[in-house]
Amino acid sequence: MESITLAVNGTERNLEVEPRTLLVHALRDDLRLTGTNIGCDSSSCGACTVLINGQSAKSCTMFAVQADGADITTIEGVADSDGTMHPMQQAFHEHHALQCGYCTPGMVMAAISLVEEYPDLDDQGVRHGLEGNLCRCTGYQNIVNAVLAVAGSGSKGSES
Amino acid sequence: MIPASFDYEVAESAEHAVALLAEHGDEAKLLAGGHSLIPMMRFRLATPTVLVDVGRLDDLRYINADNGTISIGALTRHSELEHSELLARSCPMMASVAALVGDPAVRHRGTLGGTLAHSDPASDLPAAVLALGGTIVARGPSGDREIAATDFFTGYFESALADDEMIVEVRVPASDAGWNYQKFNRRAQDWAIVGVAVADAGAGVSLVNMGSTPLRASAVEAAVASGASAADAAALAAEGLQPPSDLNADADYRRHLARVFTQRALNAAGVA
Ligand SMILES: Cc1cc2nc3c(=O)[nH]c(=O)nc-3n(C[C@H](O)[C@H](O)[C@H](O)COP(=O)(O)OP(=O)(O)OC[C@H]3O[C@@H](n4cnc5c(N)ncnc54)[C@H](O)[C@@H]3O)c2cc1C
Ligand code: FES
Ligand code: FES
Repeated sequence: MESITLAVNGTERNLEVEPRTLLVHALRDDLRLTGTNIGCDSSSCGACTVLINGQSAKSCTMFAVQADGADITTIEGVADSDGTMHPMQQAFHEHHALQCGYCTPGMVMAAISLVEEYPDLDDQGVRHGLEGNLCRCTGYQNIVNAVLAVAGSGSKGSES
Repeated sequence: MIPASFDYEVAESAEHAVALLAEHGDEAKLLAGGHSLIPMMRFRLATPTVLVDVGRLDDLRYINADNGTISIGALTRHSELEHSELLARSCPMMASVAALVGDPAVRHRGTLGGTLAHSDPASDLPAAVLALGGTIVARGPSGDREIAATDFFTGYFESALADDEMIVEVRVPASDAGWNYQKFNRRAQDWAIVGVAVADAGAGVSLVNMGSTPLRASAVEAAVASGASAADAAALAAEGLQPPSDLNADADYRRHLARVFTQRALNAAGVA
């Protein structure tokens, strides 16, 4: 077993993990942060997307030991402590950017990272930028609308 | 699936990583971005018993230019290539090919050294390094050696690296004239069904997923050098090649794609 320290949503967490423990399992099973979903075995769906030091990453394609010492933000950490939603969550709500909601945590985390990384996003930029996140319900249009609303509004803050 | 168990070692330096590789033999593997290795371990296609994590070697994350040569540290991530102003100015093909790899989350983790070492014939950046005539610097127990990209890819997922060698740097010539990259795929985020990289107005042409390794299209290069039109040169793109057949495309269709996309890439690179 390896001892690791993760700063998850602003709180330091010490964990004992097997080297082969995937970060997503450490988050879900050890830290009980089950907002981060698992949708595939092939690193292709993005349901497990979190931020590692502010950048989107698929937590199923990292060992927890690789994240030792890193800042991790999960969907549980993006709203304000008073419950005010993150601008991206608010935009998903307003634009009906979800149906079953399974892809949503990963989609929101990927979108927060995307608008930080690429200024001046247009429709195609959002579609390309979210190509690693699959949604089996919405047909994507409302997700694209939500992300564009945040990208164009100047309120992209990835801080919780 | 959950990967098989392994022992985990954190490398403090490239030398340390190489020493650990030498100590553990072919049971050990380097772990860089993990974006090829971890998916293979999850499918149990790879079951290394020791992983040597080089992902923390931040001193191997750099992009420098000196006298017409660009040196890139092996741990440089795809997203760092994509957003590099130095590359945008001095070797735009590397930046723009990097931007086509996978999706943003993949690019935040995957490294240049990792994608070269993995030697997947369907991968994008190896083809760019090959077309540019780059050089791979490998560190082993007895020091560094330079391997020309043209000698580096030796077989299906096989490279000229020894079991105890690590890529520390990749060098490409500064080159901003007459380049283009064509990536043909059908699904978002996917690898190329066929890809074509053209550097230096057709002096370097390489093909993605047209054989067991990334390939130089020498017949096309020779035709361009002797003044052939893009159409005539591109007609030779699949000459002598045995591309794979899979669910995406059979070999004949790949040959067709190679000719079509080579012509487009040559045209876009300024070859009439
Ligand atoms: C969903 C998804 C989509 C992708 N799409 C594409 C795509 O469209 N195009 C594309 O080209 N690639 C694609 N990739 C692969 C991606 O580019 C990988 O990041 C890259 O191939 C491997 O780099 P890595 O740093 O992650 O290597 P790792 O997975 O850490 O290592 C890969 C192999 O290289 C060895 N290695 C790593 N670093 C070194 C080194 N410095 N010296 C010697 N050996 C080393 C390892 O031991 C291992 O055998 C995709 C990956 C995923 C998960
Ligand atoms: S669960 Fe991570 S990409 Fe699908
Ligand atoms: S809302 Fe159901 S998968 Fe996206």
